[in-house]
Amino acid sequence: MSCSEKTSQCCCGEESEQQKYDRIAEVIEKYKNREGSLIQVLHLAQSIYGYLPLELQKFIAEGIDKPLSEVSGVVTFYSFFSTEPRGEHTIRVCLGTACYVRGGKKIVDRLEEILDVKVGGTTKDRKFTFEVARCIGACGLAPAMMIDDVVYKQVNPDKLEAILAKY
Amino acid sequence: MINLTINGKQISVAEGTTILEAAKQNNIDIPNLCYLEGVHKFGSCRICVVEVEGARNLQASCMVPAREGMVVKTNTEKVRKARKLLYELILSDHPKDCLSCERNKSCELQELGDRLGVTEARFEGERSKSLEDFSPSITRDMSKCILCRRCITVCNEIQNVGILNAQNRGFKTVIGPAMDIPLNTVNCAYCGQCTAVCPVGALKETDAIQDVWKAINDKNKRVVVQVAPAIRAAIGEEFGLAPGTLVTGKLAAALREMGFDDVFDTNFTADLTIIEEGTEFLTRVKNALTGGEAALPMITSCSPGWVKHVEHSFPQELDHLSTCKSPHTMLGALAKSYYANKIKVDPRDMYVVSIMPCTAKKFEISRPEMQNNGVPNVDAVLTTRELAKMIKEAGIDFVNLKDIQFDNPLGLSSGAADIFGVTGGVTEAALRTVYELVTGRELPFAKLHVTPVVGLEQIKTADILIENPVEAYKFLDGFTVKVAVTSGLKGAKILLDQIAKGQSPYHFIEVMGCPGGCISGGGQPRPTTPEIRKKRLEAIYQADEGKQLRKSHENEYITKLYEEFLKKPNGHKSHELLHTHYTQRGKFNEYLSK
Repeated sequence: MSCSEKTSQCCCGEESEQQKYDRIAEVIEKYKNREGSLIQVLHLAQSIYGYLPLELQKFIAEGIDKPLSEVSGVVTFYSFFSTEPRGEHTIRVCLGTACYVRGGKKIVDRLEEILDVKVGGTTKDRKFTFEVARCIGACGLAPAMMIDDVVYKQVNPDKLEAILAKY
Repeated sequence: MINLTINGKQISVAEGTTILEAAKQNNIDIPNLCYLEGVHKFGSCRICVVEVEGARNLQASCMVPAREGMVVKTNTEKVRKARKLLYELILSDHPKDCLSCERNKSCELQELGDRLGVTEARFEGERSKSLEDFSPSITRDMSKCILCRRCITVCNEIQNVGILNAQNRGFKTVIGPAMDIPLNTVNCAYCGQCTAVCPVGALKETDAIQDVWKAINDKNKRVVVQVAPAIRAAIGEEFGLAPGTLVTGKLAAALREMGFDDVFDTNFTADLTIIEEGTEFLTRVKNALTGGEAALPMITSCSPGWVKHVEHSFPQELDHLSTCKSPHTMLGALAKSYYANKIKVDPRDMYVVSIMPCTAKKFEISRPEMQNNGVPNVDAVLTTRELAKMIKEAGIDFVNLKDIQFDNPLGLSSGAADIFGVTGGVTEAALRTVYELVTGRELPFAKLHVTPVVGLEQIKTADILIENPVEAYKFLDGFTVKVAVTSGLKGAKILLDQIAKGQSPYHFIEVMGCPGGCISGGGQPRPTTPEIRKKRLEAIYQADEGKQLRKSHENEYITKLYEEFLKKPNGHKSHELLHTHYTQRGKFNEYLSK
């Protein structure tokens, strides 16, 4: 078991479906008798599996003996949890006040065109998941966006294609 | 005791009483919406806010316990404004097509608006959109949902099934199965308790009214109707009669006036169930005591919500279920064979309608096992509420109807059949017959009531000692029959867990899917408060005691049915028409995925 449970972009591609489920079963075993541990289990399961499809939610619900609707209720409540496969990279365009007034919305519009997905979606080739953020704390660099951990400052919508080409 | 002041009135209440309850006990009525006595205290709608001296904000009176010296005002300008505003905000995301809503005039939201004096809808904005979700039993229309969460409480805490929970967040919140997938794809028992508590038109039974009118109006159809035991103790409420008013004769008369050709009584096949199930039980016990294989405890199978639930939750334990079909499907099967033959009608031209206190029965009739020779045993199920609507639609003056009797040969019943409508009733009815059959003596309880299993507790048990049995049952001499009774699916889990672990001490278990039994079924008139439940229970026992005939095996039409048609209990014909089998289903899905 070389992957750390905490890294979200771990060696998923190398692990078989069965291996992932086995590791999630270990997580469930560890937490199932602890009151209030559902969020923790989901968090770890998502880091192992990448996302939380209904089938996996069923596996977890059965393991911790909770109704499926309760598990999915938590999954769909928190924006951190995803029920669809995520892209290799996550783009977050800042729409905090400063970025918004400096044209953040134009970046969003242009990215929707280039990526051919709406906010919250993942591109067909699973390369990018496209999200917006409310403030990434880089107001002096507005309009800003992030791809994974890298911040791009004063983004010009016309240069987006060049930025994406790096990935 | 706690002393407090509400609206200037000095009152004292028991510790732990909420402000809302304290007010109510002293005839001060605080408007509320999501609160449901004995079921739901959640504070989600905030309509019940009051002013509490010293508190910074208005307090939700259904949540805040009364405290010593508290000064509460329930009716100040501030409170009234706040309530109205909260109401208008709820209304801003609620359709306004009340005139064509099925809850028109029985809607708690509508009634509250009237009470609060709301005369305009000031706020218009985005509306929640939702497609109706049809399952065989329950229809969900989440565009009408006001997020009060009563259904979540009954589904999770009362029934312990956990189908409904809040999905998503904020404005997108919807109450439904996991990820809002359709109800007919999940492990819903279809008990319908959610439809009984929904204050608006968001959760309701799936309509069968139009189909039934169509059948009644079809000249080529012989339309047969039957009524479950629990209807006669409840439907009066829909016509303004006091809860617990027994209306058996009026009910039969109303059905006749509506145009049904034959007005039968499911009670008749409740009596038949006792003969079939009692025989099955004795066979199982005999096998067990003589070294054979037998699944004990045997569990009753009359409640289709319970049956579907156990198929999902304990698919490995299905051999414990009695193989008897539920009484109304038995009656349907007999109407389309025994009776159809008598009156020379092709079973395919016969249409059987069951009036049931139950939404799960709507699903039950669609099960492939519930048909013979390709003809369904029962064609349509109407809930008590649906029948009441039809009676009103037909312009029948229900309250002033003259009593009539049910038709024979499928109409006569004993008091033992009446008590099928209440928790403990099937057990008592079975014991009245089985005990007498085995010992040749009457069941040794005052008025034939097995008192340990009477009442509304979650799990009730009784031990019945068999002494000096008749020759054929000598093997039972000194044997103690241990029975357990539960109603509501939460208690059933406790008893089934014991079975799964091989630790059940019982021989016979009665499970009814709804708390209290069919008297508080998911299809019964709204509301079912603890008080109303008790009244309906009393009415059922009153029906039983009001009859000369108290034991199923003394029903002469049952005897005749065996002589003319079935030949013997659990015989070949019975197995073909009156017994069934069960399906293993997935824990969260309709079918096992593996």
